[in-house]
Amino acid sequence: MAAMFIDVEVDESIHADAEMAKKLEQVCPVDIYAERDGRVAILDENLDECVLCELCINAAPTGSVRVRKLYDGTALGD
Amino acid sequence: MSILIDQNTTFIVQGITGREAVNLTRECLDYGSRIIGGVTPGRKGREVHGVPVYDSVAQLVESVGMVPDGSVVTVPPTFTRDAVFEAIEAGVKLVVIVTERIPRYDVAQMVELASLRGARIIGPNCLGVIRPGVAKMGGIGGPAKDAAKAYQPGPVGVMSRSGGMTTEISSTLTAAGLGVSTAISIGGDAIIGSTYAELMPLFEADDQTEAIVIYSEPGGRMEAELARWVRENKSRLPVVAFMAGRFMDEMPGMSFGHAGTIVEGKADTAAEKIARLHEAGIAVAEEIAEIPGLVAERIGKVMA
Amino acid sequence: MRFFEFESRRILAREGIPLSEHGFATTPEEARRIAGEIAGPVVIKSQVLTGGRMKAGGVRFADTPQEAGAHARDILALEINGHMPRGVLVDARAAIKQEYYAGVIYDGVRKLPTFVFSDMGGIDIEEVAAAHPDHIGRGHFSTILPHMDFRAKDVVAAVGVTGSELNRLTPILARLGQLFVKYDMTLAEINPLAQLEDGTFVAVDAHMDMENEGRPRQHELLAELGVGGEETREAREPTEFEIKGEEIDAADHRGVAGNVTEFEGNLGLVIGAGGGSLTLFDAVQALGGKPANYCEIGGNPSVSKACNLTKLVLSKPGVDKIAVMMSIVSNTRVDIVARGVIKACVELGHDPAEKIAIFRIPGAWEDEGFKLLERYGVEYCDRSVSMHEAARRAVEKVASADGRSAADEPRLEGRTSGEVEEV
Repeated sequence: MAAMFIDVEVDESIHADAEMAKKLEQVCPVDIYAERDGRVAILDENLDECVLCELCINAAPTGSVRVRKLYDGTALGD
Repeated sequence: MSILIDQNTTFIVQGITGREAVNLTRECLDYGSRIIGGVTPGRKGREVHGVPVYDSVAQLVESVGMVPDGSVVTVPPTFTRDAVFEAIEAGVKLVVIVTERIPRYDVAQMVELASLRGARIIGPNCLGVIRPGVAKMGGIGGPAKDAAKAYQPGPVGVMSRSGGMTTEISSTLTAAGLGVSTAISIGGDAIIGSTYAELMPLFEADDQTEAIVIYSEPGGRMEAELARWVRENKSRLPVVAFMAGRFMDEMPGMSFGHAGTIVEGKADTAAEKIARLHEAGIAVAEEIAEIPGLVAERIGKVMA
Repeated sequence: MRFFEFESRRILAREGIPLSEHGFATTPEEARRIAGEIAGPVVIKSQVLTGGRMKAGGVRFADTPQEAGAHARDILALEINGHMPRGVLVDARAAIKQEYYAGVIYDGVRKLPTFVFSDMGGIDIEEVAAAHPDHIGRGHFSTILPHMDFRAKDVVAAVGVTGSELNRLTPILARLGQLFVKYDMTLAEINPLAQLEDGTFVAVDAHMDMENEGRPRQHELLAELGVGGEETREAREPTEFEIKGEEIDAADHRGVAGNVTEFEGNLGLVIGAGGGSLTLFDAVQALGGKPANYCEIGGNPSVSKACNLTKLVLSKPGVDKIAVMMSIVSNTRVDIVARGVIKACVELGHDPAEKIAIFRIPGAWEDEGFKLLERYGVEYCDRSVSMHEAARRAVEKVASADGRSAADEPRLEGRTSGEVEEV
């Protein structure tokens, strides 16, 4: 089943950045990000485990990662 | 006056690099506590929220140049006994053991050594001690911001076999405008370092404390011990108790909530304990919300 | 964790405590063979982890091997208090001169192990303590100094035992004390400890309890006894619901969903933490509610752990609504638990606003949690609503839902009486 509460948006500009993908994989405490073939992959099954820690937002260039709270329409990282 | 800790109390965290320990270190520092070092064997030279980490307590004492007043022990159950021995043998006089699931034999050994060396143990399986607005030692009350919400200074001493219920009760006292002098999460195991009766003399001697609230559960004899202490010492402090786990009286041999709750004989049941407490003139609240009223009545305060 | 009598005896033998001649059998043939080897009158005892086996007919006497085999056949098929026996013990029935009691327990007030000894064995020690306190000796022993036999001697002598009896009983009690700490026991007792006509002592029945916390480091003993890690040996065997609860807890190391216990009611409980669960369960019962289960969430469980536990509770037959309640949390996060319980409802095709009678978890991240609950229309409350009051709201909602469904389905009564007629 798709995520109910959280969605993550990653800007085009870093999709294919292998270094950034690794970094995101490393900082996320609930394994939402993974590096797959040099690209940033989002593991849908872990999205709802997001603890809103903003570590991914801080790890990426400003504005390139947004964590959207589907239950109130707001987003972190805007 | 103070109970166990004050603004000058120095302490260390053993097992400081563990996940829970990192959190409680942050929380205690934010609350104003003085953590002078941490110990995790093999992690010498690191820092946790600015607190230096050492391989041993002796190394820490050598480096800092003083024996800390206390230690919060968060190491896994297999290693807890040795960590506590290490602290006590280094001269630490107050050891808060957070770790759960330590075999009873190990607990008995730690407590026996502590009493030989004149040290005091709080716990195991506890969240520690807090003096509202002054210091906290352990995860009790959570982050400083949350702890401030639940714990405001006042005249009521709180002792509880459940860490979470220490905060629930204190929050209720705070909301009612009474507040808390010192709250101690004494631990949920069958054998603990400091029982209600053993901590009573400290509250008795504390001029800030005017009444005591205890949270208790089935299992063990420490409520009966408290009742006896209150009667024999003609305590100046009115005591209000809350007894959870009444449903367990029908389920002998089962343990719920905490390891120490197992009913091994009739004297361990909630009903029997309530009777003992009543005999000693201790009021037993039927629900948490009644506690502030019962306390206020006994110390002649008007509730907010 | 409780041991069967035959296991307790093996532990005694391992530590050099003398036993009556005996054997363990799982078939009537084995029992007959053991009785033949003993070559004398025997007693056949059911091996069950429950009391009252004598009254239930689980203990019988036999003079011949044939009789022993026949009794074993009956006892092996006899259920006692819902327990089927693991086997039978075939024990020599020697002439007994006197019965004693020897036990070791922890004293939680003095925080030391305690010897308990009596010259009135064979009956319940609590009865002896109540009626004949002068026949009970007690004494603590150190857990850090070396074992000292005189501690045991003092306790035996305290009830007036002297002469060669004192010198023979002292090492037995002392060894019982040593094995008690060595094997992480919370209870080790020999009752009766019998003196035979020739003056020697043998353990005739034994009862031991090992602390669960000690199990990980008692592998060697448990392997020798053949006790598997999956055997909980609790006072009650776990139900299927409870086993599923344990699986949910074990499948994810993040946080705790512990002590999931089945009850018969219709109000599902997702409650925590340790003390909070005890308090809330009491409150629901005191208010006339019928809990479908007990549980303890805590330690900051993941969304999926909270979700899976909630699904388990919601799927229990007869559960119409759940109450999600905890004492104030500082480690567990309100928003994470809220996500878990809402997700469980939605994934099972329910409206969270309908299924969740009340959500009362104040504390860490509560603002975020409350936003989420509002979005799904779930009734929630903060710390200003007491645990008891929250329980009351849940109990009332379930009661009114029951009333409504009875009114909505007038045919229910007719259908029931129709069935009665058919009978």
